[in-house]
Amino acid sequence: MKIGIVCPYAWDVPGGVQFHVRDLAAHLIGLGHEVSVLAPADDDTPIPPYVVSAGRAVPVPYNGSVARLNFGFLSAARVRRWLHDGAFDVVHLHEPGTPSLSLLACWAATVPMVATFHTANPRSRAMTAAYPILQPALEKINARIAVSEYARRTLVEHLGGDAVVIPNGVDVSFFADAAARSGWTTPKDEDGPEGAGGTIGFIGRIDEPRKGLPVLLEAFPEIVAARPRARLLVAGRGDAEEALLALPEDVRGNVTFLGMVSDEEKAQLLRSVDIYCAPNTGGESFGIILVEAMSAGAPVLASDLDAFSLVLEGGQAGRMFPNSDAAALAKEALALLADPARRTELSETAARAVRRYDWSVVGADILSVYEMVTESTAQVSAAALAVVQPGPGRGGARSAERGRGHGHGSGHGGAGGTGNGTDEPRAEPGRGRR
Amino acid sequence: MRLVLTQYTEIVVLVLVLILLYGLYLSWTATRLDRLHVRLDAARVALDAQLVRRSAATLELARSGLLDVATAVILATAARSAQLAAEDEREPTESALTRDLRAAFEDPREAAELSESTEGADLVQELGAAMRRVQLARRFHNESVRAVRQIRGYRRVRYFRLAGRAPDKPTFEIDDEPPAAFVR
Repeated sequence: MKIGIVCPYAWDVPGGVQFHVRDLAAHLIGLGHEVSVLAPADDDTPIPPYVVSAGRAVPVPYNGSVARLNFGFLSAARVRRWLHDGAFDVVHLHEPGTPSLSLLACWAATVPMVATFHTANPRSRAMTAAYPILQPALEKINARIAVSEYARRTLVEHLGGDAVVIPNGVDVSFFADAAARSGWTTPKDEDGPEGAGGTIGFIGRIDEPRKGLPVLLEAFPEIVAARPRARLLVAGRGDAEEALLALPEDVRGNVTFLGMVSDEEKAQLLRSVDIYCAPNTGGESFGIILVEAMSAGAPVLASDLDAFSLVLEGGQAGRMFPNSDAAALAKEALALLADPARRTELSETAARAVRRYDWSVVGADILSVYEMVTESTAQVSAAALAVVQPGPGRGGARSAERGRGHGHGSGHGGAGGTGNGTDEPRAEPGRGRR
Repeated sequence: MRLVLTQYTEIVVLVLVLILLYGLYLSWTATRLDRLHVRLDAARVALDAQLVRRSAATLELARSGLLDVATAVILATAARSAQLAAEDEREPTESALTRDLRAAFEDPREAAELSESTEGADLVQELGAAMRRVQLARRFHNESVRAVRQIRGYRRVRYFRLAGRAPDKPTFEIDDEPPAAFVR
């Protein structure tokens, strides 16, 4: 199949949507499909061969924060050109609700479309002005996918309409087969109820409060007090020195900031630690880092966000603590560090739970959706072409409508209404539709 | 006489322009509705195809000789009923097939044992995929119904009969929950 994928966010910026698109493209190409990804990218950003740049994303205030988006007639023209050059069987849009490339592609495309909604947002009053404009564009989408129950709920509540839940994919074996690093693991004699050690891992932006590092740093001194050789390994972007200053002096030696790590190092880190901690305070609609930790076999300790609770199967596949409660975090962490058997149990349950997130399963679901949508649309068009009568029907009907707007005699008022000016295959099965 | 005409001309022109604009607006709404009808048609075609695929997969498994004869009889008759059902019987027969499938695979060892042979594994795999697709297709279909109904509900659509003679197509409600062994 020829598949076109649209990513609305800048390719070089790390983000859940971008990683998902990258992995999805790689998976589909691996299966032999022809894939082209349209994404915003700076001229000097290195992009893989399957990505087509739509130009720079422009930072603009949107819905309360600054977003980098592509919009305007130039972007629209680039989208149309990509669609035309690609001649895709199906187009897969990501986050079409954001006013960027995906929405533009939705407006312009004439082939079957599948859309994935990634975010879960609380309702914003300003956005209600956008919905009547968004809705007609989004109506063209044949199949809607949400990456989590929460993203689906956002969709139902804000835009109306349902979606099927197909989670973000993870390469489980990449994490499961990685090797632990001795420098990051806890020596055997320091583990267990009598031991004084333990290794906790955290991956995320250090300076973004919603990622929860401040909560973990608040709890850490208590952990060290009970287990003096306990260590905290922090990977991610941000000012390490500033974060260190937030800690009491005697504890600073137990914390190591690894900075940005490669994917391989991330997998190794997750394989090495005794606990992976996700103290996020909010803004997560899925929690892919949890799935990655579970794939690596790292016992998970996470805040009790709804999205996390779903991934951790209500606490079966990982432990949870009340959001932002540092004391509870410390208590749970100490309990886990003292109980290797419990950690192994969690690890095993998690390993079973992550199978549904593996790309082999997620990719198959997504491909099923592509196939369903292309086959059925082709069938409907074929049936229509067999029935429809070409000729003056289109032009004539337009002037009839102009009069009083009812009684559409021969059917259609032309295809111009959508503003794209291209010829859509109009299906007229002749079953008395108008 | 000429003076009177000029006085009213402006208003008349304005009113005509407004009617024209409103007419275009209605035309656009009609186009939207039409597009949604097409989408719904496609979704219905997809749903029918997946239902057929599911009953075919069930039948193939039942006839393979890999199941015990009682289960094979139950599944074969359920699948055939679903295939033969008239439009108004579709929902109950498809739901019945789902329940029979759940009953047949209630014991997780059933699917595991079948998957031991290559033929069995293929049949189970195909059946699992078909059940999943039925779920997906049904959701997409019902979402299309909702979208169509929303536009049909607009006052201007009802008043100007923009939906024409097209009947209201209902959602497709069945029990499509697969056996626990097939849920990932």
